Amino acid sequence: MADRAEYARKGIARGRSLVVLQYADGIVFVGENPSRALHKFSEIYDRIGFAAAGKYNEYENLRIGGVRYADLRGYTYDRDDVTARGLANVYAQTLGTIFSSQAEKPYEVELVVAEVGDSPENDQIYRLPHDGSIVDEHGSVAVGGNAEQISGYLDQRHRDGMTLAEALKLAVQALSRDTNGSEREIPAERLEVAVLDRTRPQQRKFKRIVGGQLSRLLDSGAGAGEASAASETESETDSGSDEE
Amino acid sequence: MDFLGEHQPEMLPGNRQLPPVQGVIEAPHGTTIVAVTFPGGVVLAGDRRATMGNMIAQRDVEKVFPADEYSAVGIAGTAGLAVEMVKLFQLELEHFEKVEGAQLSLEGKANRLSTMIRSNLGMAMQGLAVVPLFAGYDVDRGKGRIFSYDVTGGRSEELNFATTGSGSIFARGAMKKLFHDELTEEQATTLVVQALYDAADDDSATGGPDVARRIYPIITVITEDGFRRLGEDECSALARSVLERRLEQPDGPRAALL
Repeated sequence: MADRAEYARKGIARGRSLVVLQYADGIVFVGENPSRALHKFSEIYDRIGFAAAGKYNEYENLRIGGVRYADLRGYTYDRDDVTARGLANVYAQTLGTIFSSQAEKPYEVELVVAEVGDSPENDQIYRLPHDGSIVDEHGSVAVGGNAEQISGYLDQRHRDGMTLAEALKLAVQALSRDTNGSEREIPAERLEVAVLDRTRPQQRKFKRIVGGQLSRLLDSGAGAGEASAASETESETDSGSDEE
Repeated sequence: MDFLGEHQPEMLPGNRQLPPVQGVIEAPHGTTIVAVTFPGGVVLAGDRRATMGNMIAQRDVEKVFPADEYSAVGIAGTAGLAVEMVKLFQLELEHFEKVEGAQLSLEGKANRLSTMIRSNLGMAMQGLAVVPLFAGYDVDRGKGRIFSYDVTGGRSEELNFATTGSGSIFARGAMKKLFHDELTEEQATTLVVQALYDAADDDSATGGPDVARRIYPIITVITEDGFRRLGEDECSALARSVLERRLEQPDGPRAALL
């Protein structure tokens, strides 16, 4: 069992990390992804988003399963009856069964299922590691290769009620830190960003942020993020706020 | 829908066993739907009446629904079945979009609806027909398009304008006389109200604007910016301005004789 876990962990660590953060109007997903076609984030249902790190074919499989589960639920009962908790449970069951079945190799994936509520207190974020456990997260979560270090960084700096630009800025800072502590720049074209925006008038709250909108947000976050990051990181020697 | 068919076939409208019945089942029927294109989009509208035999079953029924961001469907025929069909249709478009990461083409959506109507043929033979009108903005071609259907699922693209339902012949006549190529969005919405008024004028199953109860036709506009349903104030303003002119000219605007 231990080497199965090790195998899965190694597989996940090979992929790039991604982060999911709460901000004032919803939840933002940020990751480094050179591909425009293979998404790490996607819409599951009205208020539910999905993020995955690890092996693409495996999490794509889980994603489609999730969309089917959600659509079938919503059609059979009502759109309000599809919840992130229910979906996370289904994923946990699936991952757990695969992990402990000797016939199959464990999935090398780590998932995040997030649901945006009417107010920040009702937001839900669940992290699902490869072994089928569920971790209920608040504020910020990171999965993938460098997750431990990134989530440590985020935990210190994330606060409630950030604007989208601030949260995005923080996420990019966190992602640009390498394992050895050095930093590198991630250009906007290599970023994949999506939000679950509770203020969106449509029923479906999921939206990808691309192109001009993304670079505008990154630019506006650079000013605002600097001020707030500086005030919070006075004890930090390696403040990442002067990047970009 | 294919997935649903495999896993829970009883959920699909076409897969139900029909009890043998004598005569016609009495169920609420929706009546008139009209659609018209204008440069830059398409307008789809419907009256608010549902009838059951010679009774009015419901005064404020809604028969025009968004199918997805760039298309809408208006339904005439057995209300219960039609609403279910629309729900399934909406689900299928959304499902496709999420799984594939791209929207179906407008043609593809129209074809899918065709299949769904065909699967209802058994019920249609017993008098429970559903005949929708499908309108959408074709993002690739940059224009509004209308598709009409018959009970067997036969699909045909309509040029300029189309109608369906019991009052459709009257609405069609009105639209034929009022339509021209350079309608603005506002003129197009006025045109559909005129057409629905004429349908209600001559067809007892179509409801006219009900000023006393504030029940006005449902009017939706689909353009490059997506689907938009006109708010109650906009609909009431349109309906009232049409009504006001009709107080002077009960038969509506006159077309030139030659």
